[in-house]
Amino acid sequence: MSVKEAEVLEHGTSLAHPAHEEILGEQFETLEQQNNAYLIGMWAFIVQEVLFLGAIFAAYGIYRLKYLHEFTLAHKELDWVVGGINTLVLLASSYTMARAVRAAMQNKHGRQILYLGFTLFFAGIFMFNKYIEYSKKYEHHLIPGWGYDAHAIVEHGEKKKILEPLPDGNYKIKLETEKTVTPEEFKQRTQLFLGFYFILTGLHGLHVLVGMIAIGVLMVRAYIDYKKRKPVADYMPVEMVGLYWHFVDIVWIFIYPLLYLIGR
Amino acid sequence: MATQTIAHGEQQRVNYLNWKTTVASWLFTYDHKRIGILYLVSITIFFLLGGIAAALIRMELATPKGDLLTSDVYNKMFTIHGVLMIFFFLVPSIPAVFGNFVLPMMIGARDVAFPRLNLLSWYFFMVGALLATIALVKGGIDTGWTFYTPYSSSFAKGEVSLAIVGVFLAGFSSIFTGINFLVTIHKMRAPGMTWFRLPLFVWAMYATSLIQVLGTPVVAITLLLVAVERSLRIGIFDPNLGGDPILYQHLFWFYSHPAVYIMILPGMGVISEVISAFSKKRVFGYHFVAFASLAIAIIGFLVWGHHMFSTGQSIYASILFSFLTFLVAIPSAIKTFNWMATIWKGRVHWEAPMIYALGFMGLFVIGGLTGLYLAAMATNVHLTDTYFIVAHFHYVMVGGAIMAYLAALHFWWPKMTGRMYPQSWAKLSALLVFVGFNLTFFPQFILGYMGMPRRYHSYPEEWAALNLLSSAGASVLGIGYLLPAIYLVWSLKYGRVVTERNPWGARGLEWELVDTPPDPHNFERTPIVTRPAYDYGHPEEPTGIIPKPRPVVVGGKDG
Amino acid sequence: MWNIPFVPPTASQEAVGISWLYWVITALSVFFGGIVLFGAIFLAVKYRAGNQNVDRSNATDSDLRLELSWTLIPLILAIAIFGWAAKLYGDIYAPREGGYYEVFVVGKQWMWHCQHPNGVRENNELTLPAGQLIKATIISQDVIHAFSIPAFRVKRDAVPGRYNAMYFTPTVPGEYHLFCTEYCGTKHSEMIGKVRVLPPDEFEKWLQSGGAGAAAAPMSLEEQGKQLFTKLACNTCHMNPNSAVKAPDLNGLYGHEVKLADGRTVKADDAYIRESILNPGAKIVAGYQNQMPPYQGQIKEEEIIALIAYIKSLAQAGGGN
Repeated sequence: MSVKEAEVLEHGTSLAHPAHEEILGEQFETLEQQNNAYLIGMWAFIVQEVLFLGAIFAAYGIYRLKYLHEFTLAHKELDWVVGGINTLVLLASSYTMARAVRAAMQNKHGRQILYLGFTLFFAGIFMFNKYIEYSKKYEHHLIPGWGYDAHAIVEHGEKKKILEPLPDGNYKIKLETEKTVTPEEFKQRTQLFLGFYFILTGLHGLHVLVGMIAIGVLMVRAYIDYKKRKPVADYMPVEMVGLYWHFVDIVWIFIYPLLYLIGR
Repeated sequence: MATQTIAHGEQQRVNYLNWKTTVASWLFTYDHKRIGILYLVSITIFFLLGGIAAALIRMELATPKGDLLTSDVYNKMFTIHGVLMIFFFLVPSIPAVFGNFVLPMMIGARDVAFPRLNLLSWYFFMVGALLATIALVKGGIDTGWTFYTPYSSSFAKGEVSLAIVGVFLAGFSSIFTGINFLVTIHKMRAPGMTWFRLPLFVWAMYATSLIQVLGTPVVAITLLLVAVERSLRIGIFDPNLGGDPILYQHLFWFYSHPAVYIMILPGMGVISEVISAFSKKRVFGYHFVAFASLAIAIIGFLVWGHHMFSTGQSIYASILFSFLTFLVAIPSAIKTFNWMATIWKGRVHWEAPMIYALGFMGLFVIGGLTGLYLAAMATNVHLTDTYFIVAHFHYVMVGGAIMAYLAALHFWWPKMTGRMYPQSWAKLSALLVFVGFNLTFFPQFILGYMGMPRRYHSYPEEWAALNLLSSAGASVLGIGYLLPAIYLVWSLKYGRVVTERNPWGARGLEWELVDTPPDPHNFERTPIVTRPAYDYGHPEEPTGIIPKPRPVVVGGKDG
Repeated sequence: MWNIPFVPPTASQEAVGISWLYWVITALSVFFGGIVLFGAIFLAVKYRAGNQNVDRSNATDSDLRLELSWTLIPLILAIAIFGWAAKLYGDIYAPREGGYYEVFVVGKQWMWHCQHPNGVRENNELTLPAGQLIKATIISQDVIHAFSIPAFRVKRDAVPGRYNAMYFTPTVPGEYHLFCTEYCGTKHSEMIGKVRVLPPDEFEKWLQSGGAGAAAAPMSLEEQGKQLFTKLACNTCHMNPNSAVKAPDLNGLYGHEVKLADGRTVKADDAYIRESILNPGAKIVAGYQNQMPPYQGQIKEEEIIALIAYIKSLAQAGGGN
C-alpha cells in the first residue's frame, strides 16, 4: 500500500468543499474529477465529429480531383463575399464566446449573459446569411434533387469565357487544361458539387443551430444563478459549449477555403 | 417500498432492483445497472427476430431448389438477419449490457461518468431499432447488411433510407456509449485502481470504446450519403451518376472491419475474467493480454482493404492490407495461448460459465485460424463471397462473441438477479450450443471451398447433403439458444436465492465489495483498491477495502 | 448418396498453387488449433479443482520467454504464408504484356455476356481452350457483380465503369460452374452458368464454326469495331488524312506510351481508350485540341469492347509510328 493510499484510507476519499456539492454530480468524488471528465468527454465527442465530417471532406476531395473542371465552375456559384462575412462573424462569435467562458469562471453573471448574447447575435447573423445564400441557390435552381438545373452555371461560365457551348450541344470548359463534357455530365457533376456544398454547410448549420440552443439555455441558467446569487462559479457548462462552439467555427474555417475560395 | 418481504420471511435489503419498481423508474433511470438490464431485454428481442430470419434461411437452404421462399423474400430475410444481428444485437451485446452493468463496479465507481447520456444512448438505440424494424417489416429491404452501392443507392426498392436512418441512430448510440466508457475508465477509477490493476475486461472495453468513437462516425455519415444519393440522385457512389462505388466500400469497411473487433474484443475481456475466476489463478501474461487488446484496436483500423482484394484495388494496396491483416492475427493468438497458460496449474471448477468460456476458446480458435485463409491474398480471392466467409465470421461473431456473451450472462447472472440458474441445464445448453454450432457452420467451410456463393437462394444439387447437415445442425443450435432463455427466466422466480456477495469465490470489486444484488450506488463508500486484479495467490487479502466514514460528512445524497 | 464432393475440381494452373496453399494453411491450422483445443481441455481436466494429486507448485503468471515464443513463431509463419499468397495473387491479377487469349465479360442483372475476339458471343457460358493463358476483361453494366470460377480458384468483381482483368490457364477439359458471387439483387442466385474447357483443336473448331450453341456472330470483334468506327463517324477525323479536324493517329497507338497535353505520360491500354471514348477531354494527347464529343451514355459496353479490339488491331498491324 502506497503512502497516498494509506492517507486516503485514513481520511476518507472525498474532500469536497460543501459549497461545491450543489454542482457536483453524485457519481463524482471531487469537482476536479467532474471537470476533467467533462473535458475528456467533450474532446472525445469532438474527435468523433472530426471523423464524421472528415469522411465527407475526403469524399469531396476525391471528386474535386476527378471533376476539377466542372467543380471549378460550380465553385464560382458560391458567394465568397457572403462566405467571407460569415467567416468574420463566426470568428467574432468565437471571441465573445471565449469572453463568456472567462466571465463564467469569474462568476460574473451579468457579463456572462452579455457575451453569450453577443455570441447568439453573431450566430443569428450567420444563419441569416446562410438563409440568403440558400434562397439564391433556390432561385437559380441549384438545389440538388429539387428541380436542379445547371443553366445558371453555364451562363456564368460563358460570361467569364471559361465555358463554351459547342455546336454539337456539348460544353467545352477552358481552364489551364480543357475538357469537353455533355450537358448531362455537366449537370450531374455540378450537382455533385452542390450536393457536397449543401451536405457540408447543412450539417455545419445544424451544428450552429444546436449551439445556439445551448447558448440560449446557458443564458437562462446564468440568469437564474444571478438571481440566486450563486456563490460558486458553475462554469463547466459554459466551457463545454465554448469548446463545441470553437470546434464549429473551425469546421467553417475548413469549409470556407475548400468550397468558396479554392475555385476562384 | 424500501424493504420487501420475501418467501423466506427475512427482510430484504434495498437493492437496485427493488428500491423503486414503477415502469417509469426503469424507463427514466440513470442507474448504469438498470440501463444494462434495459439493453439486455431489448437486444434479446432483436436476437429472437434475427434468429427467426436465420431459421427461415436455413430451412430454405435445406434443399437445393428455391422452393420455400421466393428469391425476393429470401433476400429480405438475410438482410433482416444481418441488420438486426449486427447493428442491434452484436454491437450492443457485451459492451452495452455488461459494459454498463459491471464496468463501473469493476473500477470502484458509483456510476458511469455521464449517466444521463447513458440513458440517452439507450433511447437512440431503441428509436433506431424501431425505424429499422419498421423498414424491414414494411415491404422489407433486400440490400444485405452491407448496403453495397450502386445496388442500394440506385437499384434496390423498399425502405432502404428508413433502415439507414435507423442504423445511423444506433450508430450514435454506440458512439455515446463509447465516449461514456472512455471517460469512465479514465476518470472514475477508485483510488488505488491504477491502469495495471484494471481487470482485463476493462482493458478490452477501453479498446472497444476507442473503435466505437473513431470508427462509427465514418459509417454513419457514409450510410447517410447513400440515403442522400437515393433521395436526391446526387452521384456520390453510382457510376451512372458520376460517382465511384468502390469509394463506398472503402468508407464502409473503414468502420465495419473494426466493428468486428467491437463485437469480439469485449468477448475476449469476458473470457479473461471467467477463465481466471474458475481456474482460481491470475490471468497469465496480464500485460500481454491488455496490450493485445489495444494492438487489435489500433491495427484493426488499418486492414479494411482485405475485404476488397477482388474489387480491382491496386495490387500494392492489397499487399499492404494483407500484411497488416496477418499482423492483427498475432495479438489474438497471444491472448489464446495466455488463456491456456492461465488454466495450467490452476484449480479448475467446471461450472457453467467456464464451460461456455472453453466453448468460446474452441470456436474462436477455429474462427481465428480460418481468418488466415482470408488474410492470404490468393486463397482470399477464391474464398471471398462464398460460404467460407459466412462460416468464418459466424465462428468469430457467433461462436466467439455470443459464446462469450452467454458466458458473461451465466457468470454475472447471480449478481444481476440474486438468483442462481440450474447448473446442469446450463451445462447441457453450453454443450448443445457447441455441438449445434459446429454442425451448422463447419460444413459451410467445405461448401465455401467448393465455391458455393453466399446470399444464394438456390444452389447446385451436389451440395445438398452438406447443406442439409448444416440446416439440421442449426436446429440443434436453436434449441441450445432457447434453453438458456427458458431456464434463466425460470430462475428469476424459482432459482436458488443468492445472498452472498461472491458465489463463485472470484476476485474483483464487483464480487468482493458489492452486495448481491447490488446496492443502487454499488458501494456504500468509494472503495480503495489495494491489490492487483486476480490476486488469487493471497486469498486472505481482498482486492479492495471500503474506507471508514469520512471525518467531514458531506451529507448522504440518496438517488 | 455417398458420392458427396468435398473439394472443387482443380482445373487450372492457378488452382494447383492455390490448393497447395490452402492445404498448407489447413495443416498449420489443425496443428495450432489442436494445441489450443485439446490443450485447454486437457489442462482443465488435469487441473480440475477436485484433483489434489497434481503438482501446482511454481505456478507463475508470466513468463517472457513463453510470451515471446508464442508471439514470434506465429508471426514468422504468418509472414511466410503472406509472401507465398501474395505471389500467387500476383499471378492472377498482375497485368501481363501478351501471350494470352482475351475474352471480354460483361455482367448485367442477371446474366453474363461473354465475347470472344472473333465475335462469337455466349450468354451464361464461356468456352475456353485448355493449356492457353486466358485474360478475362470484366466490366458491369449496372450494379457490382463478381465473376467466379471455383474450379480455377479465380474470381474478379465486375464493377460498373471500370475494367478489371484476371489471368488464368485452364488445364483440364470439362464443364465447370460459373457464379456471380457479389450480391446483385433479386435473381443473384440465378446469375450462374458454365465454363467449358475444350482441348485446343476442338476449341479452334468450335470457334471457327461460330460457336456451336452460342449466339452466332459471324463478324470478329475487330470487324465489329471497324464497322462501329464508321457508324459512329469516328473515321471522319481519326485515320482521315483529309480531315479538317486534327485528331490523333490510332495506328500503332495501343500498348504504347502517350504524351499528354499537360505533360503527363500514360499507357494506351483498355482503360485509357475506354475513358477517351466516353470522356475525351480527360486526357488530351500533346499537340491536339480537345474537339471530340464525349460518348458517355451513347454507347454500350459491348460496343466499347469492339472498338478497343479494332484499335488494338491497328497497333498489331504495325502501321503508323
